[in-house]
Amino acid sequence: MKINKLLVGLLTSVTLVASVAQAAELSMVSGDTGNGLEFLRTQLDKFEADTGNTVTIVPMPSSTSDQFGQYKLWLAAGNADIDVYQTDVIWAPQLADQFLDLTDAAKDVVSQHFPSIIESQTVDGKLVALPAFTDAPALFYRKDLLEKYSKPVPTTWDEMAATAKEIQDAERAAGNAEMYGFVFQGNAYEGLTCNALEWVKSNGGGQIVEADGTISINNPQAAAAIDRAAAWIGTIAPEGNLAYQEEESRGVWQLGNSVFMRNWPYAYALSAGDDSAVKGKFEVAPLPGGDGEGSGSAATLGGWNVAVSKYSSDPEEAIKLALYLSSTEVQKERSINQSNLPTIEALYDDADVLKASPFMANWKEIFQNAVPRPSAPTKIKYNEVSSLFWSAVHSTLSGNGTAAENLEGLEADLTDLKGDAW
Amino acid sequence: MATDVMAEPVVQTGVKIKSELMQQRVRAAQLFLLPMLLALAVVAGWPLLRSIYFSFTDASLNNIDGAEWIGFGNYLRVQTLDSGAVRYRGLLVDPAWWNAVWNTLRFAVLSVSLEAVLGMLVALVLNAEFRGRGIVRAAILIPWAIPTIVSAKMWSWMLNDQFGILNDLGMRLGLLSQKVAWTATAETAMTAVLIVDIWKTTPFMALLILAGLQMVPKDIYEAAEIDGVHPVKQFFKITLPLVRPALMVAIIFRLLDALRIFDLIYVLTPNSSATKTMSVLARENLFDFDKFAYGSAMSTLLFLIIALLTILYIWLGKVRFDGGDR
Repeated sequence: MKINKLLVGLLTSVTLVASVAQAAELSMVSGDTGNGLEFLRTQLDKFEADTGNTVTIVPMPSSTSDQFGQYKLWLAAGNADIDVYQTDVIWAPQLADQFLDLTDAAKDVVSQHFPSIIESQTVDGKLVALPAFTDAPALFYRKDLLEKYSKPVPTTWDEMAATAKEIQDAERAAGNAEMYGFVFQGNAYEGLTCNALEWVKSNGGGQIVEADGTISINNPQAAAAIDRAAAWIGTIAPEGNLAYQEEESRGVWQLGNSVFMRNWPYAYALSAGDDSAVKGKFEVAPLPGGDGEGSGSAATLGGWNVAVSKYSSDPEEAIKLALYLSSTEVQKERSINQSNLPTIEALYDDADVLKASPFMANWKEIFQNAVPRPSAPTKIKYNEVSSLFWSAVHSTLSGNGTAAENLEGLEADLTDLKGDAW
Repeated sequence: MATDVMAEPVVQTGVKIKSELMQQRVRAAQLFLLPMLLALAVVAGWPLLRSIYFSFTDASLNNIDGAEWIGFGNYLRVQTLDSGAVRYRGLLVDPAWWNAVWNTLRFAVLSVSLEAVLGMLVALVLNAEFRGRGIVRAAILIPWAIPTIVSAKMWSWMLNDQFGILNDLGMRLGLLSQKVAWTATAETAMTAVLIVDIWKTTPFMALLILAGLQMVPKDIYEAAEIDGVHPVKQFFKITLPLVRPALMVAIIFRLLDALRIFDLIYVLTPNSSATKTMSVLARENLFDFDKFAYGSAMSTLLFLIIALLTILYIWLGKVRFDGGDR
């Protein structure tokens, strides 16, 4: 209580002083992983130098589920301490009421961004957040090991599993006891929803809840896809994968202990860093597909945006900050240093960007066909839908019931949750 | 009212004068307690009442002020479907909730009983006279002094399947044939939580029991030794009955703590239904899902369950908080 009052007091006094000095003291939250916060700091330093404002970063846990709970609580309480939020692509419908409409502020720049991304951040005609970068995951593979065992880059999950198993066993026999075939995000959290949606969609099993609101998850192709993933645990993926989020999988991969990894593009720059054991030994490819009808590679659409709290004590400067963080200038730096995918179409043809992250040339297409999570049709119930889905998948991966059993239960739960309408 | 009481004693006899003194003392005590009670009412009473109130409304985090009273709907409501079938919905028939209750009770019983036994052992050791006892007593409190969230994170790295020191030690010493993913699967995750909880709170238990042990007069043991009573029998016939009051109070503190376990579970285990406790589930509904009222109903039930168990424990165990026994 006291600390809060103290903070509020400090902030108000700062704002009072600031309004005289024409400079604002802003705060933004970010749960970025890897060296993301350091990068953000360098960009904010430029902003500070240009505008005279100061910006404080409030670091948050990297799990998007953890961040969401905290933000929702702060926003519900009308917290004025945070001006700018870094928001996940799926949050817009759930937090739309608490953020300022950026339509006017961004009217000159929205056309530079991919229309689908702007659309995902628009709720009932209100532009809730500006895109900072987009995300579509890739299959990271060890070029050197595939060459050593003369294997092609796998295009189906079964092929991937077979190659992973073969190389893992051969490498272990050669004395590399720590070697695994594949790591992904298997902890029970939003990341597992992304992973499992890819397995299901790539196997022709739909996308959990379709765009029109129908619950489609209980089908044989979806069940087969999840059963297939369950067989990876303990064979090509470590048991511990059931508790891995992005950073844990990157840890195993970047020490050179996995043949394949499913991860977001941010891991590209880090894996290519000087302290990385896989520097120069890896490449990225689209995720494998399934083998059923209607199957093919599928990537979950991710991405982060910047939104301005409607409780901000200095909305004008906060909107400037949001515009700056989504600008071509910052997005270009971001794609070079962080290998984050830009949301500005022109940057995909930029020579500097392609030099630093050559894989991006192929990415434009991949993410344009990326699968959105069902956050639009399920609206404010999305988090619960996602939680039910990842729980069912996590149970299957842990060996508690088959995918068919768990998906049947999931369908019943989702139907209950849906009620008359989402 | 105060002036009435003040005016009376003038005509009273000796006995009443004594009670006048008592009354003054009671009034003084009440005055001293008042700030504390006020603070409690503000930081504990008011939030509790708010939670209970919200559990009878349709409150949502996006619209807390617009909450409307819906009665017992969050706890139990009857739906009649178009087909005429009747079904019950609400927290009291929610399997996820009862699963969490079961997880919590299992955790509480296991952790508190293990901590009581281990705490007793540690207390007996610390009660013996040996050099450096003061330092050991202080040192043993360190796990208790570390904030739970910090020790949870620390242990989650120690238990990590790839980089964890426990797996590394086990492999080097030949105790493990392969690295174990302690926190990954539901079964080992619960064990990991138990281990960390016991590591953290055994010192607390031990110190409370130690305080009780030091109240036991030494001459009883001398008499028992002269009579040739076996040390094991001494423990069960003398030590245990005499430290019982302290032990019972220590257990109730821990039980209250264990029933609302949140941080260890939240940090150490995957967010799966096999390890979710009542607090974890309530937080999820309150903040992650758009079910503030339902989460409030969970918090209210959690409060009632803890209250009920505490009353049962005090009643069945005939616990007295004034240090006396029975």
